[in-house]
Amino acid sequence: MVDATTVRQRAEAFLAEHDPSELSPLDWLRARFDAGLAWVHFPEGLGGLGAPRDLQGVVDQLFRGTPDNNPGRIGIGLGMAAPTILAFGTEEQRRRFLRPLWTGEEVWCQLFSEPGAGSDLASLATRAVRDGDDWVVDGQKVWTSSAHLARWGILVARHDPDLPKHRGLTYFVCDMEAPGVEVRPLRQITGEAEFNEVFLTGVRLGDDLRLGEIGDGWKVAQTTLMNERVAIGTAGSPRRTMMGIFAESWNERPESRTHDLHQRALGLWVQGEVMRLTGQRLREQLLAGHPGPEGSGMKLLFSRHHQEVSALEVEFLREDGLTYDDWTFRRPDGVDFLGRGAGYRYLRAKGNSIEGGTSEILRNIVAERVLGLPAEPRTDVAVPWKDLPR
Amino acid sequence: MTLLYTEVEEELRTAVRDLLADKAPVAAEGENAAAWNGLARDIGVAGLLVPEDLGGAGASAREVAVVLEELGRAGTPTPFLTSSVLATRVLLDAGYPDISLLAAGEVTAALCVSLAASPYRDISVGVLDEGVAGRESGAGGLQAGAAPERATGVLHAGAAAERVTGVLQAGVVSGRFTGVAGAVGADLFVVPLDGGRVAVVGRDHARVEPVVSLDVTRPLAVVTVDRAPAVVLGGASVRDALLFAGGLMASEQVGVAEWCLTTTVAYLKERRQFARPVGSFQALKHRLADLWLEVAGARAAARNAADRLASGADARVAVAVAAAHCGDVAVCAAEEALQLHGGIGMTWEHPIHLYLKRAKADAIAFGTPGAHRNALGPLVGLPAPE
Repeated sequence: MVDATTVRQRAEAFLAEHDPSELSPLDWLRARFDAGLAWVHFPEGLGGLGAPRDLQGVVDQLFRGTPDNNPGRIGIGLGMAAPTILAFGTEEQRRRFLRPLWTGEEVWCQLFSEPGAGSDLASLATRAVRDGDDWVVDGQKVWTSSAHLARWGILVARHDPDLPKHRGLTYFVCDMEAPGVEVRPLRQITGEAEFNEVFLTGVRLGDDLRLGEIGDGWKVAQTTLMNERVAIGTAGSPRRTMMGIFAESWNERPESRTHDLHQRALGLWVQGEVMRLTGQRLREQLLAGHPGPEGSGMKLLFSRHHQEVSALEVEFLREDGLTYDDWTFRRPDGVDFLGRGAGYRYLRAKGNSIEGGTSEILRNIVAERVLGLPAEPRTDVAVPWKDLPR
Repeated sequence: MTLLYTEVEEELRTAVRDLLADKAPVAAEGENAAAWNGLARDIGVAGLLVPEDLGGAGASAREVAVVLEELGRAGTPTPFLTSSVLATRVLLDAGYPDISLLAAGEVTAALCVSLAASPYRDISVGVLDEGVAGRESGAGGLQAGAAPERATGVLHAGAAAERVTGVLQAGVVSGRFTGVAGAVGADLFVVPLDGGRVAVVGRDHARVEPVVSLDVTRPLAVVTVDRAPAVVLGGASVRDALLFAGGLMASEQVGVAEWCLTTTVAYLKERRQFARPVGSFQALKHRLADLWLEVAGARAAARNAADRLASGADARVAVAVAAAHCGDVAVCAAEEALQLHGGIGMTWEHPIHLYLKRAKADAIAFGTPGAHRNALGPLVGLPAPE
């Protein structure tokens, strides 16, 4: 196993041999990838060193201040597509996709949810029909962030409607530049359009873009979603927090303070600190090799906290809380829950308990997989998908 | 620092859990002498905080917290928190010479403060009458023949205590203290005085009147000392001890909450209505998922407080966060357990009521959650309104 000393030596040697002022940011990132210093837990030759995941911190610390790959912009590629390609991709697919994914040359999006398949993802209706060496895809996806920027999408589609819903799915990499892919912005309550609707009409995808076996789509998608939860559960403590922003306002406006707001603010400060400590304890468990089940619950804590603190902030601001910074219809390049004004933070936080698994679905996951409570009786598991009531 | 449990802590937990499973398999009211003897003498929990050269185990708040988690879970009445943590902490600070007897579990002590005393408010103190029976010891700088001292009766929480440790003198002390936990059965009574001093009074010179208490597993009493002969010690901070006990109480609350959660989860898997286990209904399982998250947070906060208290660093924020959060979580867990058990949760027969009473009393002990939240304001940059 590669240890911390080796990782440090490799990173220091790279920094001694490469000068960020002499390379374009892209060439710098490519060289860093080729040196195995992109994601050290990936295999050698694919941007990593085959080292334990926690040693990435050693690299990130040494590379602070050098050109980065703008992780906010390529988060879906880094957090969801990459681990899935690593787990299920062929050697050819890994070599084709991972390097430009990490350097940010190619943005990825996620084509999972549909108008008729949200929490019940496995009921999705987008069809993939085999035609010679190709697949022909027809359907509609929704809540697709970055689709307008994306070169590739991770796609789950139904190859066989005669099978029960979980078994008739296959996973693909979707070429977002292929004919028949149409991306339309979906305007949100914040005024901007982070998300898109994606219409797929007769889109031809080569069989070499299939990820995993035919019929393994649900299994592959679970890998994607598990990595999403690990990413959410183990994100380090951010330097800027919703509560920190509120505390700045509180200190700038002593005349607006009331005892009622003070009591609520103190309660939320405790809630935020408990959330921070819960996350810290989870990371310690992961590093000690005992992945705890808290990860699936962290997002529940996080969305409730963001919603409550941002709501308090708007109320505290009184007349300023009645204003909004900008309703212009825009397509932002990335997402920052803490960015912009208090009104934006309040409205954007409403999405936190819906995106990436609703709070209700996450409670089911905690109750059934952590506490072992029995599932609701189900009538849709053994029935062919085409016979399910719609 | 770590928020996890070390191997030594896990071994201690196993020993305590096994012993309690043997001697105190179900929660019950009334002190359990067999359980306490085993814990104090065989495992040595009474001396955890006492240094090895004074006859103890030389452990820290982290190990104490693990024992409290198990006692909270088992619902076993013992004098651990009141004697081995609260009173021992005061007597250690004050350099009590016979601390080894407490460490060995041969005697127990009760600090004469109300269980509801807050580290953020003034507490009642006893009155020392030195002029009558006081014998000068010369150890602590109090002048012989000084005028009889009439204490004000109130120790200001913010007053800087003069740190003169050890036996100052013998004296005669008077006072009446309500809401004292661990007094029934205690051998020594530690009476707070002003100026960072405490007086230690033997059982024969204290009158203990039990009070019918909400928490039947930790009954309270009124303790009266009337011109009782005492040893006067200096260098104690009752306020620090209340903060210390308040921060560790969070671990007892984690144990209480965990028992309530696991017992309720088990019951909801078994109990069937409408031809299915009631735990399969989302209306109920979502409540348990939320409770599980609260308990996970409580454990992280309680571990953090224990770790800060063990390190000797400024633990005020960590203690206030743990006490504020864990106090509410334990009560919520017991209330949810009662409701989700349905009618049986309301019976005397089922032990849930013992945990509810313990949880509610614990949330008042050593400062309410609200008192701890208020204390955070100036510490975390959220000052109160003018």
